[in-house]
Amino acid sequence: MNETLRWTRKDLLGIAPLDAPEIELILDTAESFLEVAERPIKKVPTLRGKGVINLFFEPSTRTRSSFELAEKRLSADSMNVSASTSALVKGESLLDTATNLQAMSPDLIIIRHQHPGVPHMLAKRLEAGVINAGDGAHEHPTQALLDALTIRRNKGRIKGLRVAIIGDIEHSRVVRSNIQLLNKLGAEVTIAGPRSMMPAAAHALGATVSYDLDEALEGRDVVMMLRTQLERHKRSLVPSVREYFKLFGLTHARLARAADDVIVMHPGPMNRGTEIASDVADGPASVILEQVANGVAVRMAVLYLLSTAATGAAPTAAGQSDKEPHAGDGAHRGES
Amino acid sequence: MSEGAARLIRGGRVVDPSQGIDGTFDVLIEDGKVVRIEERIEAPDGAEITDAEGLVVTPGLIDIHIHLREPGFEYKETVGTGVVSAAAGGFTAVACMANTAPVNDSRSVTEHILLEADRHPYARVYPIGAVSKGMAGEELAEIGEMASAGAVAFSDDGLPVMSSSLMRRAFQYAQHYDVPVIQHAEDLDLTGPGVMHEGEWSTRLGLPGIPGAAEDVMVARDLLLAEDTGGRYHVAHMSTGRALELVRLFRARGVNATCEVSPHHLLLTDQAVSDYGFATCTKMKPPLRAKADVEALIAGVVDGTVDCIASDHAPHHHDEKDVQFSAAPFGIVGLETTVSLLLDRLVHAGIIDLSRLIELLSTGPARVLGLEGGTLTPGSTADITLLALDREVTVDPGSFRSKGTSTPFSGWNLRGVAVGTMLAGVPVRLP
Ligand SMILES: [Zn+2]
Repeated sequence: MNETLRWTRKDLLGIAPLDAPEIELILDTAESFLEVAERPIKKVPTLRGKGVINLFFEPSTRTRSSFELAEKRLSADSMNVSASTSALVKGESLLDTATNLQAMSPDLIIIRHQHPGVPHMLAKRLEAGVINAGDGAHEHPTQALLDALTIRRNKGRIKGLRVAIIGDIEHSRVVRSNIQLLNKLGAEVTIAGPRSMMPAAAHALGATVSYDLDEALEGRDVVMMLRTQLERHKRSLVPSVREYFKLFGLTHARLARAADDVIVMHPGPMNRGTEIASDVADGPASVILEQVANGVAVRMAVLYLLSTAATGAAPTAAGQSDKEPHAGDGAHRGES
Repeated sequence: MSEGAARLIRGGRVVDPSQGIDGTFDVLIEDGKVVRIEERIEAPDGAEITDAEGLVVTPGLIDIHIHLREPGFEYKETVGTGVVSAAAGGFTAVACMANTAPVNDSRSVTEHILLEADRHPYARVYPIGAVSKGMAGEELAEIGEMASAGAVAFSDDGLPVMSSSLMRRAFQYAQHYDVPVIQHAEDLDLTGPGVMHEGEWSTRLGLPGIPGAAEDVMVARDLLLAEDTGGRYHVAHMSTGRALELVRLFRARGVNATCEVSPHHLLLTDQAVSDYGFATCTKMKPPLRAKADVEALIAGVVDGTVDCIASDHAPHHHDEKDVQFSAAPFGIVGLETTVSLLLDRLVHAGIIDLSRLIELLSTGPARVLGLEGGTLTPGSTADITLLALDREVTVDPGSFRSKGTSTPFSGWNLRGVAVGTMLAGVPVRLP
């Protein structure tokens, strides 16, 4: 673990502002938190007395559960606010919502919103640290970090790896955060998908652009499939699931072009038969369930690091703690 | 002074592109009209003297694309606050768009705007009527009624005229009143959910993009229809290099087409959305475009293809703009930043000379809409703007006279500012 670098940022809004040592600090910290999940009592007192609000304007069972579990394992006092229960539906402005939440003096606010830039706007106004849990098609930094942790634990490194990210590139925040992170840690990224799902200036994302799945898979060490929600687009981007799967669905046969020891990843939830065949999703190359476990550890690391920056004092991380874990009510309740 | 009295503007640098004048002259005004421009004029008995030494004297500046928001949206701007903002920015006349509530699609709304303008005599107001009833894009509005009440042009600005057949009829019919049809050129179907220029920065930021083609296909369609009908076509706030190229091409074919650009499209690119951290002062329609577009527009400003510069002053309430990028309304204010921005970034930067700038801000807009003004020829109404070319200013939205404060130019240090205006020879004193 990098002992010399201290976390100084109030917020985690994206991968864009981070440098490689900061990313590695988060990954190293997450490694130390992975061990907590192995304990019989999966809870440490690291964030005891800290208030965390999960503010989700867009439904997200996965990411929210992962954050909630991370908060519970760190003994934080957390509260969920979702769009349906917040006053937002009654016409309250986003800023009013945020300032009302600020009045509860939380230490950290986790924000998921369907539009890019919302966490950034709120972070400027809020004293609390803000963690971007996904803003539109912009960034999803904790997803990229958990993906990086998964790659590192499987491959022992990230530098020099050849990574392909496949699917609806235009509407994916996962791809934007991942390309930046992987570039910063020295991997080589190719993105591929239907032309009608590529952003206008795909090359600006910093990856090699391909429109051919087989070409994109050739010799790859890591293949990330993106969730493709054809039904979500009012405007038809591809004619049908059947045609999509023919062009870009990952099957066992097509995966043979990748490196022998390729790992296959997916941010979930998967659409089996749309972007990925079950024989791949459940096959030996799949590390999709590891991603879920790593997600909790990464979010614990981010919560911990941000809370140290927010208070100025450094609470003890799990790996450094000599104290007995606090056996509280929220130990493991199977939220994942 | 009363209109009957005389005024001598002494010792200023007179720049009037309509007469090819750029030199130090005295300007004599009597009965509200320019009488003579000569090197040395003796002040007639009783004449008031304006000492313009060190200042530039130009025909009054005209902004032909602003939103006064009245009637209906007085919380954003009123005719009163809008004309004061115009005068503070150095403008003697403005043309206001029809997207009010009710829409300016009838004689009564046009007359209401002009009545309000009479009550606030800080700048002249030329209403622009709607092309279609309610700006619904279906039936022609009563263009003749509005024209006879004082509307100088017709536009559904804020919305484009999407229907090709309606646009063709508007071109045909507007010729009876010799007025141009102004188009906010945007194919809404291509825009879709877009909120910024579709390109490198929308790609990086994950924001839905508005392709340049949304403007280009509309301009191309309109130019074809203008060619077929002989109508007068004016492209509002042109933002793409390709649309400008189309205007050039069709003008060479004899089509009666003009175009305007807005200062923000000349000075900022789509990168600003990222640089300003999703700030809504970078959200307007058309959106800030790519560098190549900016360069093409500047080339059009230099080579004469661009007829005028207009601010697209589009005030919104602070609460409306102080929201997330996607939810904010499109539009920024411009009346009080245009002159300083252009003096600093175009004239002092050596891109165009002062005479060309005055052409773009006075002679050009007057010609596009067929307004009086834009000239200091003897006999013309003495609407005049005074500029201090070297005075340094810092853009401070807190000091704006407009109700709107959203601008991406806040804090910019600029050299050159308008220091006063005259209407019919009478100095405008701001309330
Ligand atoms: Zn417009």
